[in-house]
Amino acid sequence: MISSVFFLMAGYNSFLNGLDTQYSSIGTFEMKITLFAPCFMDAMFPDVAMNAVKIFESLGHQVDAPEELACCGQPAFNTGYWDEARNVASKVVERLYDVEALVLPSGSCTAMIHKFYPELFKGHPLEEKANRLAAHTWEFSDFLVTRLGVTDLGASFPAKVTFHDGCHGLRELGIHDQPRALLANVRGLTLIEMERVQCCGFGGTFSAKFPSISSSLGESKVAMVMKTGADYVVSNDSSCLMHIQGVADKQRKLIKSIHLIDILVRHE
Amino acid sequence: MNNNAQKFQEDAARICADSTHRQIIGTALDKYAQGRDKKIAEFQNWEQARESAAQIKQEGLDDMEALLRTLTKKLTKRGTHVYRAPTGADACRIVLNILKQNGAKTMVKSKSMTSEEIHLNEALEKEGYRPIESDLGEFIVQLRQEPPYHIVFPAMHLTRYQISDLFQDKLGSEPTENPEELTMIARKNLRREYVQADVGFTGANFAVAETGMISVTENEGNSRLSASLPKIMITLIGIEKVVPRMQDLSLLLPMLATVGAAQSISCYNTLYSGPRQPDECDGPEEYHVILLDNGRSRLAKDSTFREILRCIRCGSCINVCPIYRNVGGHAYNATYPGPIGSVLMPRLFDLQTYKHLSFACSLCGACRDMCPVKINLPHLLLKNREAASTTQPKFFEKLAFKAMSLLFNKPFFWKWGKRMGWIGQKFHPLIEGSVIDPAQCWTATRKAPKLKWKSFKDLWKKHSK
Repeated sequence: MISSVFFLMAGYNSFLNGLDTQYSSIGTFEMKITLFAPCFMDAMFPDVAMNAVKIFESLGHQVDAPEELACCGQPAFNTGYWDEARNVASKVVERLYDVEALVLPSGSCTAMIHKFYPELFKGHPLEEKANRLAAHTWEFSDFLVTRLGVTDLGASFPAKVTFHDGCHGLRELGIHDQPRALLANVRGLTLIEMERVQCCGFGGTFSAKFPSISSSLGESKVAMVMKTGADYVVSNDSSCLMHIQGVADKQRKLIKSIHLIDILVRHE
Repeated sequence: MNNNAQKFQEDAARICADSTHRQIIGTALDKYAQGRDKKIAEFQNWEQARESAAQIKQEGLDDMEALLRTLTKKLTKRGTHVYRAPTGADACRIVLNILKQNGAKTMVKSKSMTSEEIHLNEALEKEGYRPIESDLGEFIVQLRQEPPYHIVFPAMHLTRYQISDLFQDKLGSEPTENPEELTMIARKNLRREYVQADVGFTGANFAVAETGMISVTENEGNSRLSASLPKIMITLIGIEKVVPRMQDLSLLLPMLATVGAAQSISCYNTLYSGPRQPDECDGPEEYHVILLDNGRSRLAKDSTFREILRCIRCGSCINVCPIYRNVGGHAYNATYPGPIGSVLMPRLFDLQTYKHLSFACSLCGACRDMCPVKINLPHLLLKNREAASTTQPKFFEKLAFKAMSLLFNKPFFWKWGKRMGWIGQKFHPLIEGSVIDPAQCWTATRKAPKLKWKSFKDLWKKHSK
């Protein structure tokens, strides 16, 4: 029964997405999902990525994680060093262009591959492969909700939370409703929205190049989070949470940050 | 780091630390945002309107030279003098010549960012002429001898109390906290100038090729007075502002008002086509239109950057920019601040002088979502960064990214890099945030995140066995 609901939802969603030919095998539900934990997540937030693995496996999918890849190349790309970015990105393209679905637990790194690889590899021998990879690259919450049609993982997390939209996920990929759909089905959880949608001020190398501007943005974000009275600030991007938490800790403001994935595996 | 970049860092840091200033700007922008969203909701289909506006402006650019020829022909036919100024200096010279030939001394100006771009006021003052700003905001910042803070709201950084003090000091008026009274003080002073002025000067929002008309949008009526009281009228307009048809304005004018000032339509929208005709009872005796290039035709030929010329100077990207909200308008030290300026200044002028503005952005993309002509501002900023780092790479930065690609591409280096980092961070608290901390650019204002001994790759290896 449940799987047939999944089947219908997934079918409906892929219909909405323009019925990409590679999804015509939607009936055979088990997928081989390749999970790419971005560099900072691999080093600093390994549990988030591991929880993503657990979620996919609990849904009956096969998971693979490329051991030889560390980074998508975004830091160099955003700083204007496209040759150096291509150096790193080439390896990602070569290794992953023919996987069934690539999922990243970060909107920012997904945007890099999905949106900017085609730009980075324009006129390059890897252009075609980069475009292929871009087409089947997904952000985690988008993949769960849009591709798999899953919005309820049976999680429970009795707390008041507020959600921070990572800018790349929100505006490059249009991810807004997906994480909220997942949070809506978490038992005991109350979502309180912030007064305004605004960047946390991280911005990759921007945070190091312009520390005063970056931290003042972070400061106003912390204030917005505090104003909601939420127990946790949740996001689908660890890099934003790292920044918000870093600013809050320095100012001794009591803010707890948690990745969306970490909530979805909670059963309290 | 060049002087401009250094100054930007210092000014930005100063304003960021000034919570009063940030609050004034924040309150003003929040109020604007509420009004704007209400006005956007009045559109039947705002997204479609944006698409159409972008298409109209793009059409104007694609056919720019032909449209300018038609415009010039039609304007000239009605007795207007039309000039094409390749550079800002040329445009200033043209204005000076007009003043000289007519023995004029005083020129009353309505708002024009294009005149700010070419530093017209300085050029006139140097030659002993008196340019008088008549837009209330511009009038205030001119009294303060500072550039406009914002391209639409030039004095948004000032409170009524500061303006009252300024008027007391410069105009000898009585102190008042009432905005209407403050406006009346400015009005009284300006009316005198209008009557005495020899020349009236306006900027422009659009030029309609089809009918040969210059479209000027305003809320105070000062532009109409500048155009009708003095005997001679001059309009300065960037060549990218030409649109093909009169009916295009039916979309562009309400959109400009909506995102520019949270209005359904601006109070005064005027079309100028020439000097007073024999059968007309008013209007200037002479009308001069200066079409300013100043790098625009070069940019129009650039397939990547030409879309930036679609800009209608509504300021909506500035109003949603979290950077602008925090550093304010003057820190940019540029005619056009905010996202539009960070793309345009390095392109219109010198890439190396202004490249730091393209880097001073977290690439959040709020500007693109609000832009009425759908300019992909964050992507153009990335292109500016690429151009800057390719033409003049910073040695240590390039080296660092080269080292990083080695670190990321060799699993051995990555694995041991993380472990070394883990060991290193045990000692980090001793120096965290101090000047000898190598990560000081982060840790001075933020706590450093912690590396884990077991990375995801380690956990995965164990899991997949």
